Amino acid sequence: MTENVYITASCTIADNVVVKNGKQIFEQKGTKVQDFLVAVYQYLAVNYPRFYKMDGLAKLGWMASEVLLEGSFDKTKYKPEDMGLLLCNKNSSLDTDIRYYDTVKTMASPALFVYTLPNIVMGEICIRHQFKGENDFFIFEAFNAAFIQQYVHHLFETGAMEACICGWVELLDNDYNATLYLTEKKENERSILFTEENIYHIYQTTHG
Amino acid sequence: MMDLKRQIVEQLNLQHIKPEEIGDDQPLFVEGLGLDSIDALELIVLLQQQYNIKLNNAEDGPKVFQSVRTMADYIKSHQA
Repeated sequence: MTENVYITASCTIADNVVVKNGKQIFEQKGTKVQDFLVAVYQYLAVNYPRFYKMDGLAKLGWMASEVLLEGSFDKTKYKPEDMGLLLCNKNSSLDTDIRYYDTVKTMASPALFVYTLPNIVMGEICIRHQFKGENDFFIFEAFNAAFIQQYVHHLFETGAMEACICGWVELLDNDYNATLYLTEKKENERSILFTEENIYHIYQTTHG
Repeated sequence: MMDLKRQIVEQLNLQHIKPEEIGDDQPLFVEGLGLDSIDALELIVLLQQQYNIKLNNAEDGPKVFQSVRTMADYIKSHQA
């Protein structure tokens, strides 16, 4: 029998605006993405110095997950092995790959090299929140709500996970978008069904 | 040593730390500045880029990178 899965929280970061559960919580127009993410970090008064060392993609995904989970998620309800991630984007880690390539011309930067894979952003989120379950990162030409819905549903149905952060984390130069969903089997007062339509609707709000 | 502290902050992207906050003898790793193994590699790059000094023996690393002072001493003793 197919069980229902719910979006129990959502977060979007795009166009220099941070939105949580449909409500804007921060905006700073006129700054480039790296400076904007540092401004969000300072606004949220998070104390996690490792943040500064992350590349742009990791900063974006990490910050979106931070906003997503803050006050919305009680991780003590789950075993670390039952909490997982499924993320997607279009340009993989190309933003950092290009920066790393530039350093290779003179002296390769080890700190950049470690971010020349897109799934590193998931590692940063897992370290922060102690998620130890399934981790998957997929590359698509464009946002693919149907795939996210079907794949995450399958993971829930097979018992591979009980809670999942899923969505889109894309960054290339100053073009970026993070749209994350917290999905669980249990409803809460603001949850909506984890359907393709609802997934796409939340993503679309970042595209005016 | 202040120049070296500035270079460390810049090379390691330690935006949350001001160079003057780093003590001359403060340990750089673990309980001190909390640097990690990737930072150690970046310090090796810093020595090479800024001072043209190659750390040929990896076993010297823990001693050289113990603090800003030990790094400065190593640089002084290896500059032409």
